[in-house]
Amino acid sequence: MSLELKNVSMQFSNSENATLNEISLSVEPGEFVCIVGASGCGKSTLLNLIAGLLKPTDGEILLDGKKITGPGADRTVMFQEHGLYPWLNVIDNVKFGMKLAGVPKEVQEERAVHYLKMVNLLEYRNYPIHQISGGMRQRTALARALTMDSSVLLMDEPFSALDKQTSNKLREELQRIWMETKRTILFITHSVEEAVYLGDRVVVLSADAKKKPHIMEIGLQRPRHVYSPEFVELRHQILEEIRGEAI
Amino acid sequence: MSIVIFLCLLIGIWQIFYWIGVDVFAVFKPYAVPSPLGVGQRFIELCSDGTLWEAVGNSLLRGVAGYAIAILIGVAVGLLINHFKYLQKNLKPIILGIQTLPSVCWVPFSILWFGLSTQAILFVVVMGSAFSIAISVDNAIKNIQPIYIKAALTMGAGKRQLYRYVIFPASLPELVSGLKQGWSFAWRALMAGEVMTTSVGLGQTLIMGRDLADINQVMLVMVVIIVVGILIDKFIFSVIEKRLLMKRGLWEGQQE
Repeated sequence: MSLELKNVSMQFSNSENATLNEISLSVEPGEFVCIVGASGCGKSTLLNLIAGLLKPTDGEILLDGKKITGPGADRTVMFQEHGLYPWLNVIDNVKFGMKLAGVPKEVQEERAVHYLKMVNLLEYRNYPIHQISGGMRQRTALARALTMDSSVLLMDEPFSALDKQTSNKLREELQRIWMETKRTILFITHSVEEAVYLGDRVVVLSADAKKKPHIMEIGLQRPRHVYSPEFVELRHQILEEIRGEAI
Repeated sequence: MSIVIFLCLLIGIWQIFYWIGVDVFAVFKPYAVPSPLGVGQRFIELCSDGTLWEAVGNSLLRGVAGYAIAILIGVAVGLLINHFKYLQKNLKPIILGIQTLPSVCWVPFSILWFGLSTQAILFVVVMGSAFSIAISVDNAIKNIQPIYIKAALTMGAGKRQLYRYVIFPASLPELVSGLKQGWSFAWRALMAGEVMTTSVGLGQTLIMGRDLADINQVMLVMVVIIVVGILIDKFIFSVIEKRLLMKRGLWEGQQE
């Protein structure tokens, strides 16, 4: 078992109602799980809890059987805003996590090049961050996340700040990369289409914290097609569920 | 280029004013009004007997020494008030308060403590700039985008790594402008200290001008103080600042 949430609740001190109420979920190694919900349903809070950037008011989160107490390299996060460092060029950004972990220089180089190739960015390796596009920045962030040998990759709406075309392209590539690397990925999104496209399972989080999250198996074969009848049906079903919930 | 022409124009007007006011109508006493020609002449005299260079050299040396001490103290205090909530809450307001005290007000205290010595001047310089540096270190760290820290934490950064690889480089551009401001405070405080004490330096040359009732020398030293200040800003701080910002694509007018 890779990641396990046991009755996790979260209530911020400045609010009357719980943001998350007794959420339980387990993510198997190599699984791709998407969490989808209207804005304000607490999905980013949930990710921050798993990342260890917040502490739950109740319940516990286990990673490979060990309780999470703070942020760590075993749960690398890819953020909506890339979180790259503007004083480093592309490849040095990719190496950053490995540098922190004390990985030998040659290994850093080798792995950075490997993952830059995987995200099709090798020729931009020496570019400063401000000279590459938003999509390329997210590719860089993805390569950086992949270099970490994390048990689970947490993705917090990584493509939602991008234009539709770029985000479609990137989610195709993310699927390909996931099929190649078999990483465990927990992916947060507000786009139902993205969730159904990427996830083995989709967790539908309701804005009403009292309602239990609905977990759906997406049995569709990969690569998936957004216009296939089954895809449209699943997407419609989830949309109906969270309809009118946006805060 | 246009600023050079403008300066020449101003100096021309100044000289004409002098001719009309002093030479033609004698409205003003000659010893009360400096003239460009008089200042230029004094410049040549003080250059050729070496007085001016010695004064500039001494002042710069003192300024740099005091400034270096101010940086050490300022950065240390800045890091401390940034790191400890207790100090942030209780010490920072006091530092902000002290910062409102003009540096010349430290001179009597300093003279009583150290006597009429170089240490007394250095003390005034340090007090004049260390606190502004401390405040800007604190602010520079506070203004770091939280995502830089968050990203590093989720990649397993420890406390020291966080400071070395994220907080330091991320705050660097703002740090440099804080240090630049610290230097201008140091330079002003230095002049306050030098005017009040007697060691050889620009401040003392300025006071000598007053004692000799030589307004051209007074004017000359004032101009030199301004020019040295501008040169250091332009050729040291602005260059570093520009380079840092260019590298990050933050320089105004830079091509994306």
